[in-house]
Amino acid sequence: MTPVLSVRGLKVSIRTDEGMAEILDDVGLELERGRILGVVGESGCGKSTLIRAIMGILPRGATVDRGEVWFEGENLLAFSEAELNDQVRSSRIGFIPQDPLLALNPVFKVGSQMLEVMRWHAPDAKDPGGKRGGERRKAHVARLVSLLRRMQVPDPETALERYPHQFSGGQRQRLLIAAALACAPGLVIADEPTTALDVTTQHQILLLLRELVAEFGISLLFVTHDFGVVAELCDDLCVIYAGQTVEKGAVQAILEAPSHPYTRALLACHPDRATTFLGIPGSVPSPLARPAGCLFAPRCADVRPLCRTVRPPQALAGSGAEVRCVQFA
Amino acid sequence: MTADPILMLRDVSVRLGGRKGFLQRTIPPVQAVKQVSLDLRGGEILSLVGESGCGKTTLGRTILGLQRESAGDILLEGSTVSGLAPEAARLARSIVQYAHQDAGAALDPWWSIGRTLEEGLKIHGVGNASERRDRVAAMLQAVGLDATSARRYPHEFSGGQLRRLALARILLLQPRVLILDEPTSGLDMSVQATVLNLLLELRERFALTYLFISHDLSVVERLSDRVAIMYLGRIVEMGPAKDVFARPTHPYTRTLLAAAPRLSGRRASGSSLVRGDPPNPALVLPGCAFFDRCPLAEAACQEAAPRLESVAAGHEVACYRAFIEQTASRSVLRHA
Repeated sequence: MTPVLSVRGLKVSIRTDEGMAEILDDVGLELERGRILGVVGESGCGKSTLIRAIMGILPRGATVDRGEVWFEGENLLAFSEAELNDQVRSSRIGFIPQDPLLALNPVFKVGSQMLEVMRWHAPDAKDPGGKRGGERRKAHVARLVSLLRRMQVPDPETALERYPHQFSGGQRQRLLIAAALACAPGLVIADEPTTALDVTTQHQILLLLRELVAEFGISLLFVTHDFGVVAELCDDLCVIYAGQTVEKGAVQAILEAPSHPYTRALLACHPDRATTFLGIPGSVPSPLARPAGCLFAPRCADVRPLCRTVRPPQALAGSGAEVRCVQFA
Repeated sequence: MTADPILMLRDVSVRLGGRKGFLQRTIPPVQAVKQVSLDLRGGEILSLVGESGCGKTTLGRTILGLQRESAGDILLEGSTVSGLAPEAARLARSIVQYAHQDAGAALDPWWSIGRTLEEGLKIHGVGNASERRDRVAAMLQAVGLDATSARRYPHEFSGGQLRRLALARILLLQPRVLILDEPTSGLDMSVQATVLNLLLELRERFALTYLFISHDLSVVERLSDRVAIMYLGRIVEMGPAKDVFARPTHPYTRTLLAAAPRLSGRRASGSSLVRGDPPNPALVLPGCAFFDRCPLAEAACQEAAPRLESVAAGHEVACYRAFIEQTASRSVLRHA
C-alpha cells in the first residue's frame, strides 16, 4: 500500500542575519492510510517547520533545498501557491492548531468562520452542477451541526451562533477538530493539540481523535513532545532531532526497545521511566553551526570516534525501526 | 523528615471576587477554597493536584499571604499568621516563598538578572552592595548557572534557565517553604528532568519543604512524599503518594489517574472516561461537588458534602460511596 503522506530527504534552510540556518537537514516519514503517526522531538528540532513545509506555508526567507513531499500520489513541492490553496489546504489536508483561542477570530461567530472555509474548500464548493448559494450553505450548516454533535459539543444547533470566548478550552479544541474535518480531508495534521488542556479533557480529546480516524477514514499526523500521549494514541512514531529523522517505526516496538541513543535518552527522562532525573547534557545544536558527523554525538552517552566525523546512514535495528546511528550500520 | 508540621492549615476557606449590586448586577463571590485542612511537615514534598479552576493556585497564594483567607487558621511553625492584613501577613510569612508558573513573566525584561536578584536582598536590608553581589553570584552557581549571568537580561535565557533564575531569586531570601506552581509546565522532557533534579538537590542543600502544585501525574508520582487531590476547592483525597497511586479511592482520583497519559501504552478507552467538562467554580452545590460526573453517585451524595475520613494510615478520602464499596469488598473477602 502506498502511504498517504511520504516525506523524503527533506532539507529546509532559512536565511538569517547570521547566515543560512539549516532547520531541516534530512527528514523522512511515511504515513499509511487510517493510521496515526506521532512526530516527537525537543523544541527547536524542526517539528513546526516540517508541518509548514508539508502544507507549503514556510515563512519568507525559507527555501526547500532538497527532498519531496508526496501526498496522495502528487508531489506537493511542485504545486504553485494558487494550486495549493485551491486543491490541497483545508480541502484535502486539515489542520488542528495548538492554541484554539489564537486560531479563532474573537469578533466573528464560530459558525461564520467555519462556513467561510467550507464555502471555498468543501468537496461541493466547485461542483457546477451541485447546489448553489443558500441551498449549499444550508447543506454546509447541516454538516457542521452533525460534526459538532459527533464532537460532543453541547447544543450543536446554537453553537454556530456563539463567539469563541463563550466556549471552554476543551470545547474550542472540539470546534477546531470539527473545522479540520468539515471539508472531508484525507489527512489531518495536529500540532500539539492537547498541551493546553487538563488531563481529563486531554483524555477525552485523544479518545475522540482515535475514533474519528477510524470513522472518517482519515490519516493523522500528530506532533507532540509528550511520549505519554504518543504511547496512548499513535500507531507509528518518528523521532526528530536537529532536523533529522533519527528513528522511525511502530510505537510499541520503539517504546519497548528504543534503539537510537537520542530516543533512549528522551525516554529515560520521562518520569515514568527515569531512575534519576539527569536529563540529556548539553542542548540541541544551533541550526547555524551543525557539528560534522552525527548531530547527536556531542550529547551522546555512547559516542565513538567515528561518530564525530561520519554522518551515520539509516539502518534497520532489531526492533524493526529505521535508525540513524553507526551502531546499527 | 521531622514529625512536627512547619505549616498547618485549619479549615481554610477563600472567597474570591463578587460584587454588591447597586447600579450594577450583583455577582456572587466564588468559593475558590473550601475548608481545607492540611499539614506540611518539615522536609517533605506535598503535591497539590487537580484540574484548572480547582483552587490549587489560590490555596498557594493564600498560604503565601497574597490572598486573604475568609475563614480558618494558618499556623506557621506553630504560631498563627492568619487574620492579618495582606502586607502584615506577607512579613509574617517571609519564610514562605512562591515560584511562579511563568518564570519569564516574573522577571523584569529591562533589568539585568543581577539587579533583579539583588532587589529582594535590598528590600529585606541584607548587607552592603558588595556582600549582596557575592551572595547573588554564589546563588547563581548553586542553581547551576554561570556567575556572569548576573550581567545578562531575561531574554538571553532559555525556558529551563529562567526556571533556575526564578529559583535563585527566591532562595536568596532563605525561605524554608517553597510553593512551586507548575515548575515544569511547558518544558521539554529533558529540560524538565534537569529542573526536577535541581529541585531535589536544592531541597537537600537548603533544607527546604515543597508544596508542589502540578497536574502532571507522572512527575507527581515520582517526586512527592504525599499527594492531595483537589476538586472544586476541596481536598477530596490525601495520603502518601505510594498509597494514593496504588490504591486511589475517591472516584475523582481514579478517573484522574486513568486519564493521565502514561508510557505503559495503555490505550485510551471509554470505560475510564470522565464525563463532562471541569465544573464552573461559581456553582454552589450543597452536596458532593463531583456528583454530576461521578460514576458511583447516588441520591445521598447530593445532600451534604462528605468530610475527609481515614481509610488507611495517613490516607484520607472524602466520599460516601468509596467507603461503602470498600467495606462491601472487604466483607465479600471475609465471606469468601
